[in-house]
Amino acid sequence: MQIPAPFEYARADTVDDAIALLSRYGPEARIIAGGHSLLPMMKLRLARPEWLIDINDLFELDFVLRDGDRLRIGALTRHTTLLESAEIAALFPIVGDAERVIADPIVRNRGTIGGSLCQADPAEDLATVCDVLGAEAIVRGPLGERMLTMTEFHRGAYETAVAADELLCEVRIPIRPRSGSAYEKVERRVGDWAVAAAGAALSFAEDGTIAEASVGLTAVGLDGTVGAVTELLRGERPGEQLFIEAGRLAALAADPVADQRGPVDYKRHLADELTRRVLRRATDRVAEFAGATGHPTTPQEG
Amino acid sequence: MQITMTVNGTDVTNEVEPRVLLVHYIRDVLRLTGTHWGCDTSNCGTCVVLMDGQPVKSCTVLAAMADGHAITTVEGLATGGTLDPVQQGFMEEHGLQCGFCTPGMMLTARALLDVNPHPDDTEIRRAISGQICRCTGYATIVRSVHWAADHPAGMTEADAAGGDPAALDDSAGTTTEPGAAAAEAARAIPASQTEPEEVTA
Repeated sequence: MQIPAPFEYARADTVDDAIALLSRYGPEARIIAGGHSLLPMMKLRLARPEWLIDINDLFELDFVLRDGDRLRIGALTRHTTLLESAEIAALFPIVGDAERVIADPIVRNRGTIGGSLCQADPAEDLATVCDVLGAEAIVRGPLGERMLTMTEFHRGAYETAVAADELLCEVRIPIRPRSGSAYEKVERRVGDWAVAAAGAALSFAEDGTIAEASVGLTAVGLDGTVGAVTELLRGERPGEQLFIEAGRLAALAADPVADQRGPVDYKRHLADELTRRVLRRATDRVAEFAGATGHPTTPQEG
Repeated sequence: MQITMTVNGTDVTNEVEPRVLLVHYIRDVLRLTGTHWGCDTSNCGTCVVLMDGQPVKSCTVLAAMADGHAITTVEGLATGGTLDPVQQGFMEEHGLQCGFCTPGMMLTARALLDVNPHPDDTEIRRAISGQICRCTGYATIVRSVHWAADHPAGMTEADAAGGDPAALDDSAGTTTEPGAAAAEAARAIPASQTEPEEVTA
C-alpha cells in the first residue's frame, strides 16, 4: 500500500488566504490542486512536504475568458474544461490536440493547467503548448503580482520561477490574427507520458508569408522553442520543403536520452517527423481560425 | 482532522489523518468495500468513484479533499433494491468476468450516461480509456453501457417477457421477471468482488 508520509493539511478559501498560508508555513508547504502528480510523488517519498495547501475551493481561479487580444485561463482550470471549451478549440486547437492525450479522461477531471505547469515535468505537454503559444504566467505573492514569460517561468526539470510564497494564478495567451497551431504526441498507450511530442504555432502576414512561428518539443531534452526553426520560417511561404528543413533543425536541437520509451535515434526521428506534421496541420488550420473575427469578451465555463 | 462528506446520500463524519486516501477511507473506515483498490498510481481505474457526479480515481484524492463533497460508490448505484440500468446492462451483456474493474467501470458509465444518454462506441471507449479490464472484456463492457443507454428505466416487463427486440438475443433466455433479476443481482454482485488486500498486501 502506498501512502504519503504524514503532513498537515489546510484548505485555502481565497487566493490571499493561500498566499498567507504559503508565507506562514514556508518552503516546506506545497500547493495541491488536482494532485495527480504530487500525490504519486508523495507516495514514493520523492516529495515530502510538511504542509499541503488545498486550493480546490478557489473558484476564482477556474475560468476561461477572452479579454481583447488575449485569452486568460485561470490556473485551477481543469484539463476537462480546457478540452471542452469551444473558445479554446477555435482559437488554439493545439490545446485540444494536447489535452486529448494528457493522461486519461478521469485524471483530466482533476488535473489543472496550473498544476501541470508548476509540476514542470520535462514530459509535460502543456509546457510545450504554452511555450509555442507565447503564453505568460501571472504569479501572485505577498508583494503583489508579477508577469513571467514562459522562458522566465521554466527553470528546468521540476523547477519553476514561482517562489515558495507565490501562487500561479493565471495563464495568458496572445491571440494573433491568421494563426494556426497543432500538437502531436507519440505515446506507448493511453495516458502514458510522451515518447516524444511536438507543438507548433504559426501566424501569417496578410501577404501569406509566415509572420511568427514557433516549434517546441516535449520529452526530448529541449527547453523552450527551437530558435533555428523560428528563424527559418519567418518571412517564408509555407511548403513541404520548408517543413522538411524545419524537421531536420528540430531533430538537431533535440537532446533526448535513451530510456524504456525508446533509444536516442528513434526519439530524434520522432522530433523530425512530428515537427513536419504539426507544421502542416497548423498551416491547414489557419483557414478555419476564428480569432480575427473579434468576439466580444465572454466569460466561459467559469 | 475531522471530515464530513455525503456518501451515497448519507452524511458521514470521521476523524482521519490528512494523508488518508479517499479509497482507503471508503473501504477501511466506511467499510464500503465495493470500491476496489488496485494500482495505487491512478492508472488502473478500479478505485473510481463519483465526486459531485464526476468520476475520479480515489487512490489519488485525499479523503480531506473530499470534505464537503458528495461521493457515490458502487453501493450507491442501486436505489431501493432496484439495480441501476448500468448494473442491469452489465448483467445482461456479460460486462464482467472477474469483477475487479466492474465497480469503477459502472460508475464511469453512469457519469457518461448522465451527460450523454446515447453515446456511440467511440465515446464509451474514450470514457473508460483510463480504466483497465484484464479479462479483456472491453467489447462486452461497451455492449453493457449500450444496453443501459437503450434501457434508461432499466429492465421492463416487456424485456423480461421477450417483447423487446433488444431482449431477443441469447441473454434474454437468462432473464426472469424484473424483481427476481434485481434480487439475484443484489446477491451476485458482492459475491463476485475480490478482496485486493489478500493479493496485494
